[in-house]
Amino acid sequence: MRDRRWLVNVAVILAILATPPVAATAPAGAPSELKIGIVTFLSGAASGPFGIPAKTAAEFWIDRLNREGGIGGVKIAPVIIDEAGTTDQVVTNYRRLVTQEKVDFVIGYISSANCTAVPPVAEELKVLTILFDCGTNRVFENAAYKYVFRTAAHTGIDGIGAARYVLSVKPGVKTIAGLNQDYAWGHDSWDIFEKALRKLKPDVTVVDALWPKLMQGQFASEISKLQADKPDVIFTSVWGGDFVSFIEQAKPRGLFTQSLVVINNDGANVEELGRDMADGIALGFRGPHWIAIPDPARNPLQREFINGYRGKFRKYPMPHGSYHVVQALQGIKAAYEKALKGTGRWPGVDDVIKALEYSEFDTPSGRIHLAIGNGHQAVEEAVYGTTRFDPRLGFAGLGSVKVFPVKCVNPPDGVKVVDWIEQGFPGAACP
Amino acid sequence: MDTLTIILLDGITFASWLFLISAGLTFAYGVLRILNIAHGSIYAIGAYTGATFARALLHSGADPFLAYPVLLGAALLVGLVLGPLLERGFLRRVYDQEEVITLLLTFSIFLILEDAMKLIWGVSPIIVAEPYALLGQLTVAGVTYPVYSFLLTGVAIAAGLGLWVVVDRTRFGKLITAVINDREISAALGVNVPSIYTVAFTGAAILAALGGALTAPMVSVVPGISADVIVLAFAVTVIGGLGNVAGGAIGALLVGLLRSAAIQFLPALELFVVYALMTVILLFRPEGLFGGVEVRRI
Repeated sequence: MRDRRWLVNVAVILAILATPPVAATAPAGAPSELKIGIVTFLSGAASGPFGIPAKTAAEFWIDRLNREGGIGGVKIAPVIIDEAGTTDQVVTNYRRLVTQEKVDFVIGYISSANCTAVPPVAEELKVLTILFDCGTNRVFENAAYKYVFRTAAHTGIDGIGAARYVLSVKPGVKTIAGLNQDYAWGHDSWDIFEKALRKLKPDVTVVDALWPKLMQGQFASEISKLQADKPDVIFTSVWGGDFVSFIEQAKPRGLFTQSLVVINNDGANVEELGRDMADGIALGFRGPHWIAIPDPARNPLQREFINGYRGKFRKYPMPHGSYHVVQALQGIKAAYEKALKGTGRWPGVDDVIKALEYSEFDTPSGRIHLAIGNGHQAVEEAVYGTTRFDPRLGFAGLGSVKVFPVKCVNPPDGVKVVDWIEQGFPGAACP
Repeated sequence: MDTLTIILLDGITFASWLFLISAGLTFAYGVLRILNIAHGSIYAIGAYTGATFARALLHSGADPFLAYPVLLGAALLVGLVLGPLLERGFLRRVYDQEEVITLLLTFSIFLILEDAMKLIWGVSPIIVAEPYALLGQLTVAGVTYPVYSFLLTGVAIAAGLGLWVVVDRTRFGKLITAVINDREISAALGVNVPSIYTVAFTGAAILAALGGALTAPMVSVVPGISADVIVLAFAVTVIGGLGNVAGGAIGALLVGLLRSAAIQFLPALELFVVYALMTVILLFRPEGLFGGVEVRRI
């Protein structure tokens, strides 16, 4: 019988080669895993455009981080729960995540209502909480929090960016109209856009302010009113199912050729719309995250995000939920690692908070800076472009793109967005 | 004058849609005395099925006009499958129970179907916009209307007339009327009450699915549309009087006209007027405009 021990040696070598590189050893005092509560819509109207894309992107990015050793050598274990329900239920679920699941911190919340309800409880329970996607500018304008951060810009940049974009592509605008869902965020969005545009161009008049019911999906009467009044510009913040329904109903009726329609905050379903998306819409996002923005060629994180996500889910990661949740994960990772470097041991929550305040970190959306709200609120660039069907993509791409720099669309630290607009944007730096 | 024309046209087309989504709900209540919360789910499944079939057809390169019969066929299919399934499988077991039990049962079915739709179709929207624009546009009073809106009005009128003819002009309709008036006496006289219930509920299911399938080309078919529709359909039904199809039509027309007038003159009140109308009617006629006063049997 021939000696087969050499086969064993080959097997051992192959096994060594096949083993993934050993992660950096965990520092002293490190837990066996870092448990993150992730709260996002898994059901209801916001689940399709924002909630589920955020969940899939979070899982995808956590897998990637864990393959590279997790955070400071500790693997991340996500606990993902549904954001749906009344504000009271959402707060109860938050308490349950903290007290029963014993998560180390929470990343969550798409609804602005939840983003204002949860922070006081986070302070009470002393748990680091990253608001990742909600828009309301009121979170850090009306209160100061120690344990709460938001790693995406607030809705101020949507409205101010829209106003600046309108003036760059239609400088002669005289009349505007609003079509916004009848709830807090719809009213806030219109308020910021209207105030910003009228400050920048005082002779603009409002001909219509229409308030369809949230997610009713029927816009025929509103479209008739807009056709009869023929405003130069129509501003709308409809999202999700309403965004698609509005496009479907307004496109055959020629609304997008009659007026410049500005949509401030939803590109989530552009890929599904394909050829049904209308050309000539000014479409914006809260932060620089579109297929070629900031720039996958120069931003390796974005390249990896887009390629990996497409490889796994056969579609592009779309604004907002998917990019925003990765921003939160990157922010927390950077803060832990900075704190770890500073202390030389596994950091406590106060160390992480100190490291996160006013910090800067790299993400697929470019470099994020927690520059306002006492260093707890991120600022981002605002992106607007005009839709046009792109045969290479198979859906609408963006032309005439404008990326408004951070200081052009965000108020300085300590200044409320509406005050900043009313004072005439002091300190704004626009190209 | 132009504004008045716009209000009338918008009001009538919106009312047609409201009638389509609520006629089945009120008809089923009229016959079976069951307020079917799952009506919204049948609407949504109609929309999903219609959109899926129509998309497959349009992608296959067939004549796009075939999308209309495909949408109708999808609605029929959904109604004919789900109607008997829900009535024979579930509702039949609770006819003798209190109303709250039937309400809870249909609510449970609603929740189950909501998740079933997510399992089957996922959470990304199913979009099939072509049939909405395909019939062309009409310009009236300076406003462009898609002909599809008027098609919807035609279908709503046909559905209303169809229900009226069946109930008032056929032998089957007389049996339904007998069962509505007294289920026990009808059964004693040899009327096959269970099969009347199945047929009536299936008819209501077909109407719900039809509403969904014909709405699919103008909206985003996504999770959650069932809940949004059932609330509105319920408001219309209550205004007209639960169980009264003609009342449902008048209720839809009132809501449609009032809403489009609000959009023209006081847009901030668009959402308010629908429920204000419902409140006023419930205050002064708790049984709805055309609802009969119910005699409680002891």
